[in-house]
Amino acid sequence: MSLLSVTGLGIGFGGLTAVGKVDFSVEPGEIVSLIGPNGAGKTTLFNMISGLYLPDRGRVTLDGEDVTAMAPHRLAARGLSRTFQNLQVFLRMTVLENVMAGRHLAERGPILADLLALPGSRRRSRATEAAARKLLARVGLERGAERDASELPYGALKRLEIARALASGPRLLLLDEPAAGCNAVETGEVDQLIARIAGEGIAILLVEHDMKLVMKISNHIIVLDHGEKIAEGAPGEVARNPKVIEAYLGSQGGKEAAGALD
Amino acid sequence: MRTLSPKYATLIALIALIALAPLFFPSTFYYRIGALIFINGLAVIGLVVLIGYAGQISLGHAGFAGIGAYACALGPIHLGLAPVLSLVLGAVLSGAIAWLVGRPILRLRGHYLAVATLGFGILIYIVLNNEAQLTGGPDGMPVEGLGLRGLLESAGFAVKASKLWYWLAALVMLAGALLALNLHDSPTGRALRSLHDSEVAAHTVGIDVARYKLTAFVISAVYASVAGSQIALMNEFVSPDIAGFLHSIELLTMTVLGGAAMVFGAVIGATILTALPQVLTALQDFEHIVLGLIMMLVMIFMPEGLVPSLARLVRRRPR
Repeated sequence: MSLLSVTGLGIGFGGLTAVGKVDFSVEPGEIVSLIGPNGAGKTTLFNMISGLYLPDRGRVTLDGEDVTAMAPHRLAARGLSRTFQNLQVFLRMTVLENVMAGRHLAERGPILADLLALPGSRRRSRATEAAARKLLARVGLERGAERDASELPYGALKRLEIARALASGPRLLLLDEPAAGCNAVETGEVDQLIARIAGEGIAILLVEHDMKLVMKISNHIIVLDHGEKIAEGAPGEVARNPKVIEAYLGSQGGKEAAGALD
Repeated sequence: MRTLSPKYATLIALIALIALAPLFFPSTFYYRIGALIFINGLAVIGLVVLIGYAGQISLGHAGFAGIGAYACALGPIHLGLAPVLSLVLGAVLSGAIAWLVGRPILRLRGHYLAVATLGFGILIYIVLNNEAQLTGGPDGMPVEGLGLRGLLESAGFAVKASKLWYWLAALVMLAGALLALNLHDSPTGRALRSLHDSEVAAHTVGIDVARYKLTAFVISAVYASVAGSQIALMNEFVSPDIAGFLHSIELLTMTVLGGAAMVFGAVIGATILTALPQVLTALQDFEHIVLGLIMMLVMIFMPEGLVPSLARLVRRRPR
């Protein structure tokens, strides 16, 4: 059984079809990339899978369980977590607190215990802090954890979001353009980080425009155009697919993608 | 040097404020103003949880103060409850009503939530005004006192009512501050503050946003209710104005003026807006103009509120 399985998923906004009928699946521990030109419906698809948009048609299943249109916080409890293309960091909280908040499902408890700072509440907070510091170290943000998140540079915020998403203990992580706006060095760091996460058995569904990154780390690529899936397969197959080259890569991008494979 | 955690720093500052202020009181009348400050401070700390932590607004919290106040007025008469138990009953009732009302209206955001809570406050006010056979209507009704003074007197401690209320209200406010400060750095507090910054992101890490908004609303309602009960018990009288729109606005203004994100800011906001009108009476006709002007200037130059803005200024100084 696939970890994530999407069948015939589609949505329209005001009569305009954003995503037609898309099918694909993600296996445990796999890195699957969604690529396609701007407006192809990648983020819309993400938003439907993560429960932010209500799809018009189709089904999403997680480990065989139908989770179509399930509220995001219940999806998180089932092991689905995500990051955002336009950052959604908790800017008024510290770097450490951002990741701690990500561990909400493990640390939540009776409200009365939190109001009275009972030993149980403090123990949960301490366990969360230790786990959050480990995650920060994993994404290279262990220094200055007490700073306000708003003081971090853009690339660091991207990694902070990944750490926060990991804190919820996902089996499937949706990453929406984790390398967007990052320079070459930062992109390299993101690249290694994703590979390490996948190495630990967490499946990754990735939306990314950086073709070098996509071709290098993906097990499987799905190409969207105008809300429809036009191709899918291993990086090599997709990069040589004439439909993909025409719709998306263009002749220059195709060469770049092919070059990245060598 | 290790810096003091914000929780203990706030508590120490509050205790210092409470203990030292009486040294500057020229007459016992000031104890009464002090008590009012602490009672307002308690309601405003509740609003810090709602506004400062969870980022939600309420223009109707005086409604809960009204419920707390009238619980103390009616409880002893109709249920034969002791005044203290009436206060507890009011708090439970306010919490339950907040839960019922909050479920539908906290789906709303921003201006829409403001108008819905405004409507709730007005509703309570109208009920208190119109149910004259129960509440005495717009003329208000007497409230049985706490009876603590009589108890102390029979034990040989004669103490003025204003002084007693000063220390009592201070103690209750300190307890309220402690709970709110505990909450801030707890799992619940983190959930509230995350949904303040990004509801979408809070949702995706597993935070039940609707439930936590409701939690903050109920907590702040209980704070407002206990404050309302205290006002009724101290004045031994209550009128529907305690649930009025102006009282709601007053509480909100105190919260925002002092700094909604900080418990200490809220208490400073309550202090300024409770004490300033007393000071400004010297200006007679200009009182309200000056008060309005001060509020505008603070909001223009310190949009985060007095205390957070000043704290930032101090931190930015070269060390």
